[in-house]
Amino acid sequence: MLNTFVVYVEDKPGVLARVAILFRRRAFNIETLTVGRTDVPGVSRMTIVVDTDEQGALRIEANVYKLVNVLRIQNITGSNVTRDLALIKVAINADTHAQVQEIANKHGANIVETGPEAVILEFTSTKDKMDQFIAALRPYRILEMVCTGHVAMAGCSQASHSGALLIEEIKGGAQGIPRSV
Amino acid sequence: MSTTTAPQTQAQSPANEKMTGARILWASLEREGVQTVFGYPGGAILPVYDALKHSAIRHILVRHEQGATHMADGFARASGKVGVAMATSGPGATNMVTGIATAMLDSSPVVCITGQVGSKFIGSDAFQEVDITGITLPITKHNYLVTKAEDIARTVREAFYIAQSGRPGPVLIDITKDAQQSSCVFDWEGAAPQLPGYRPDLSPSRQDYEKALELIRASKRPIILAGHGIILSGATQEVCKLVEHLDIPVAVTLLGLGGIPASHPLNLGMMGMHGEAWVNTAIQEADLLIALGMRFDDRVTGNLNTYAKNAKKIHVEIDPAEINKNVKVDVALVGDLREVLRELQPKLESTPKHPEWVQYIGQLKGDSAVRDIQNLPDSGHLYAAHVINDLWRETGGNAIVVTDVGQHQMWEAQYYRHNTPRSLITSGGLGTMGFALPAAIGAKVARPEAEVWVVVGDGGFQMTMPEMATIFQEKIKIHIAIINNGYLGMVRQWQEFFYSRNYAASPLVNPDFVKLAEACGIRGISVTQRAGVIPAIREAREHAGPVLIDFRVEQEDTVYPMVPAGADLKDMIRRPNPVVDTEMEW
Repeated sequence: MLNTFVVYVEDKPGVLARVAILFRRRAFNIETLTVGRTDVPGVSRMTIVVDTDEQGALRIEANVYKLVNVLRIQNITGSNVTRDLALIKVAINADTHAQVQEIANKHGANIVETGPEAVILEFTSTKDKMDQFIAALRPYRILEMVCTGHVAMAGCSQASHSGALLIEEIKGGAQGIPRSV
Repeated sequence: MSTTTAPQTQAQSPANEKMTGARILWASLEREGVQTVFGYPGGAILPVYDALKHSAIRHILVRHEQGATHMADGFARASGKVGVAMATSGPGATNMVTGIATAMLDSSPVVCITGQVGSKFIGSDAFQEVDITGITLPITKHNYLVTKAEDIARTVREAFYIAQSGRPGPVLIDITKDAQQSSCVFDWEGAAPQLPGYRPDLSPSRQDYEKALELIRASKRPIILAGHGIILSGATQEVCKLVEHLDIPVAVTLLGLGGIPASHPLNLGMMGMHGEAWVNTAIQEADLLIALGMRFDDRVTGNLNTYAKNAKKIHVEIDPAEINKNVKVDVALVGDLREVLRELQPKLESTPKHPEWVQYIGQLKGDSAVRDIQNLPDSGHLYAAHVINDLWRETGGNAIVVTDVGQHQMWEAQYYRHNTPRSLITSGGLGTMGFALPAAIGAKVARPEAEVWVVVGDGGFQMTMPEMATIFQEKIKIHIAIINNGYLGMVRQWQEFFYSRNYAASPLVNPDFVKLAEACGIRGISVTQRAGVIPAIREAREHAGPVLIDFRVEQEDTVYPMVPAGADLKDMIRRPNPVVDTEMEW
């Protein structure tokens, strides 16, 4: 099953390589990986989605935790909010322009640029809706497309872990990951 | 972990005086208690070597950078302190790779320092430039690329802390030439480690302890699996106390040998592929495995589907990533072994003992010992087992024995009985041929008062043989016992069992090891008969300098028992047609 991990890391050179090489070395296949900044300067946040079982997920958690530059790893599979962002450039002509516009409106996508022969659509959604949207656009010829992979966050019912709170916890001597079988 | 203070030297400059990065490096190593560095100079590390004159640290010039890393590793394993190896950029750094991986697989605290081309040239494929931090990412616990003199002191502090805390391991520091040459103020106190994400100190929950106690109390046939963690954690006393209190027999991994005395009545001996038959049988028949600081390696478990099927499992281990990696366990106590056992001990007061179980294993032992261990053919002919058993007797079991990898390594584990921690040094996880000779040099430097014996095959010896010149130059008094059978013995054994005796590329035509030794100022002795073993060992022990003994042993001897790779632990290949040898002491 797909497991979603949130990983806070120190923003240092080579951190992405360390994480990526760990997954490769332990033979875990990354479905998607995104990385970006957080509310705290110097701390980056990754969302990593991996197809593995429960034991595999625990091993990933423990191995990533061991990386010196990793501040925290959390498995948020289940209760979380997950989104992909896509930019899609679709061919248009006088006949199809309005149709593409209508599909975008229907799915809730934004048209961010319009040219004489193409439009660029911006779409943020879950993976299922993304697939439906792409399927709807296919007949109009997709010229180019980029999709971010998942960014995810634990749901409102779960404990929040801002970068700032995390730094406080670490300074307070919080133990790393609990490890019960 | 204790560190000794190096003598005061000029390297420690007055406050606020600027020093080059190179001098800061030596001064930082001194502050970490380093007294010896094993290394090899070259262009990109020359500023550091130029500054060596300001330091009291002893530099041992090796003959190949792989040797430097094995020496640092042997130093660390013999002493429990961090071993330090140094090399230049490019090929100097890549030559270290095997030694770094060896240290990684066996959790050995080693710090490797490499020179790197100037920071402006990084990424330009400059002369002798190689991305050594990239290359060593998967085989180091952590590594650093340092491009500024200002970062050197803090990096050294962090590297030493990481290398020896939690589950120990190698750390590499790659320092650009300009960082070595530029100057800044050396502020050791102000260079405290900044490692917010590194929290290796884990401890089990109360519930985990309770679950473990329940399993221990309910068990009728428990067995302890004792691993390297006992030695790394310094938990020998705690383990012995637990063993004696509960009357639980102990099986030991290769790297755990010496962790509890071989002479302990409840110590069964080594488990696994070449473990004694009664040990593997006891594991398969146990109802509870208490694994202490070991990682259920495939050489230990055999077929995982049939491994200790009827046993509950408790895993005490400092590395959370080892839990459920190979064997699914019922309780994990993640933390430092010594601390966990100290916590556990008082809670075990009223736990029942297991006299019937211990007696039953005693019977198994009596049965198979006669077949597999004690009885070797005695025709006056020389067998490796004789050599190692005699070496054990002559040294009173008090030497540090450093082995290579292969048949002789398994015979050493079977016939030399180790009663103290850190008295067997061997490459277990990576199985690195060529490890023994340089690692023994490191061990001798770490413990100059100890008697150090290299036990090595004729194949592995030739992989790092040039380090005999290091012995010569540095006047290192160690003894080298070559178990010379004219084959890559373990390869030959596998070919005998599994490849229809097709001895492809395993026979060796060897040079004259005695002459090679003599050329390096090492006394050489050749032994071809059983009767010559003890006199040769005595001559070596009485000689003032290093000695090499070339033991010409039976060519096609085989390590028994053997569990074929991936087979059930109970499916052992046993020694056929034993002939009683009355001279073998056990």
